[in-house]
Amino acid sequence: MLYSVIGYYSLILGLCFSLILIYFSIINFRNSKILDTKILSFTFLQFFFVIISFLCLVLSFVFSDFSNETVFNNSHTTKPLFYKIAGTWGNHEGSLLLWLFVLTLFILIFFLRSKNQPIKYKILTLVFQQIIIIGFFVFLIMTSNPFNYIYPTPEEGLGLNPILQDPALVIHPPILYLGYVGSSIIFSSVLAATTLNMISKNWASHIKKWVLISWFFLTIGILLGSIWAYYELGWGGFWFWDPVENVSLMPWLALTTLLHCILVLEKKLILTSWVIILSITTFLLSMSGTFLVRSGILNSVHTFASDPQRGLFILIFLFSLIFLSLFIFFFFHKNNENNLSSFFWLSKETAIIINNWFMMYFLSVVLIGTIYPIFLDVLSSQKISVGPPFYHKLIIPFLIPFLLIMAIGPKLKWIRSNLENKIYLISLLVISILLSYLIVKNFEYNFLINSILISSALYLFFMNLRDFFIQKYQNISQNISHFGFSLLILSILFNNLFSTEVITNLKVGETFESSKTKIIFENVSQRTGKNYESIIGNFSIQNSKGKVENFLPELRIYNQPNIVTSEADIKTTLISDKFIVINLVQNQDYFNIRYQVKPFMIWIWLSVVLISFGGLISLLKKKYEK
Amino acid sequence: MKSKFLPFSIFIIFFVIFIIFYKGLQDTNIYTPDVKINNEIPSYSAELFYSGKIVNSSEIFDLNKYYLLNIWSSWCVPCRQEHSILIDLANNKNLKLIGINYKDKKENAKKFLEELGNPYEKIIFDKDGTSAIEWGAYGVPETFLIYDNRIIKKYIGPLNKHSVKEVKLLMK
Repeated sequence: MLYSVIGYYSLILGLCFSLILIYFSIINFRNSKILDTKILSFTFLQFFFVIISFLCLVLSFVFSDFSNETVFNNSHTTKPLFYKIAGTWGNHEGSLLLWLFVLTLFILIFFLRSKNQPIKYKILTLVFQQIIIIGFFVFLIMTSNPFNYIYPTPEEGLGLNPILQDPALVIHPPILYLGYVGSSIIFSSVLAATTLNMISKNWASHIKKWVLISWFFLTIGILLGSIWAYYELGWGGFWFWDPVENVSLMPWLALTTLLHCILVLEKKLILTSWVIILSITTFLLSMSGTFLVRSGILNSVHTFASDPQRGLFILIFLFSLIFLSLFIFFFFHKNNENNLSSFFWLSKETAIIINNWFMMYFLSVVLIGTIYPIFLDVLSSQKISVGPPFYHKLIIPFLIPFLLIMAIGPKLKWIRSNLENKIYLISLLVISILLSYLIVKNFEYNFLINSILISSALYLFFMNLRDFFIQKYQNISQNISHFGFSLLILSILFNNLFSTEVITNLKVGETFESSKTKIIFENVSQRTGKNYESIIGNFSIQNSKGKVENFLPELRIYNQPNIVTSEADIKTTLISDKFIVINLVQNQDYFNIRYQVKPFMIWIWLSVVLISFGGLISLLKKKYEK
Repeated sequence: MKSKFLPFSIFIIFFVIFIIFYKGLQDTNIYTPDVKINNEIPSYSAELFYSGKIVNSSEIFDLNKYYLLNIWSSWCVPCRQEHSILIDLANNKNLKLIGINYKDKKENAKKFLEELGNPYEKIIFDKDGTSAIEWGAYGVPETFLIYDNRIIKKYIGPLNKHSVKEVKLLMK
């Protein structure tokens, strides 16, 4: 009760500081010397009030204060403390408060970290950032106040959806938000820099840190969501092309492209239009993600509550930002870059531009797949759902040239280049083709597309592997990330090709036997957790080599709300994951068993970690080398 | 002239997108019934899932009984979500569930039912999706409440607690 009051008024105070900040910046914009310290202290105060408000919500969750509507809807006294805290951002209102928290935190860090930048630029960045912050404040206070009050106070809360009660999912939203919100800094900064016409090599190296930070967090955030989907949803997949997953993938694609462009801009002062448009796009895609997910215009696991009023607010806000940035781009951006035609067709620049166009293609495929159903629905009231086959058909063929260019591109030099070491390039290509032919042929998956795909991925893999030995520590970050990417593609391919699956129904004591595996359902035991009961199946599984392993998949019956979840038992080794999940069959005394052997599963995660690790190294290093 | 044309057209494009999203928000409520309700159920020949027999679709439905016709598929993720609701509804004695297995592989569909249970009394196998068209369906999942050979209510998208309540209310 007390916390709700403090929290609510802190929010309002925070909003007031936004208005004060904008007012000050505008009237004192011309003689801005005095402003510097004042602005810093106001920004700090705003951050302080938002953090108070956020802590109040956390405390309301910790003490199960059910007079607060958000707590009532999403918590329960029997929930473990860890998930009580996590419940703060496991719902619409709380997660928006988290957004706001990160927004104010980042602008503060931005100020502290960019002392050397021109004051006008800093102030203008702040103004744009405050516009976003005000938007979120108003949205939070008007349509989704996390401190709504219920009277009489309920005895017990409704509980958090059990599938969200998971460690990976506890850190997934904050990390993802760090990525999204980091892109808001890039957005504000690029608008400010465009307005002041100060996009330069210096600016590029200054904003590059923010691009790397958001890219790093976004990558890790997506990875965590994917890992969660893998072991919690119990289907054994890790990417479902669900609209919400797409919505996080789109900013990632834009941001990755931006990362490449900004490295070029830092060196050569070309591609400025690309950089501006991509910076704007990245943030606006994150925002549209929020719109699509929160307005209920799409249906998905992540749709907390659909409320057209909220949707309308975000929609108007989003489009105001779009029009604002379009306006700034068209009226202030002057193309003062070096002449574009001054580089030879075979050069690093060309390779990066080609990379950009490929990325834009992938981005538009995902974008169209996600929003086309909405358009179609409005224009002709037809309803369709777009599934994985659409994405696979459109993306896979273009992945092949993309991988090949990725293998050769980094070898090129700026402006004009010749392919050196042609023998190496060709011999590695031949090796890759032969190897992939052997792999595909041996396992009787004789599809042309697979072998070509595997050979191009292997090619990239070998090229990068070779670089580790030849280039020593030059350009290590790019090398690690690209190597990680080739590893990712390879593991996904092998995983898809060589996964095996057994689906069967078994009673306790029964045995399933096929040529490769023998599954014995030994017994069933029960266990009581803090807010659930669980049934644990005990299986021993023998593979073709006669090795026996024990598996204990679990069914959890949560009491609040009453939901059954299946917890898979996964045995992970470097070569493959063994994944078993059981399900209850209604009114029957047998269980449905799904046993999968998924090769190279862990390499999918590891390669994404490698990719982001490359970004981290580049961030920590003082200067980007040649 | 040319330089002004580009910004202008981009503004227009975004404006159109805005209008479309705005309209999309207006009918967010995708669970509202379509105009097609109170229509007679379609009559056409259909293949039964397990027996493979060809029957006339209207023979499946008796008068004076409530039926819930559910269009589903093993590849459809929301179907998986709503399946437990269907299983609960199948326990209701006054209501019979009929499934239409939409554009699916028989083998996968069987696995799906083995795994999650089979709530349906009869299943129509709709390999090419024509059955669903006869019903005027948009996609999967979609559910129709039928009484006296008439469609009383249509639900687009997965059933939820709210729609279950409504079904029970309509049956009273």
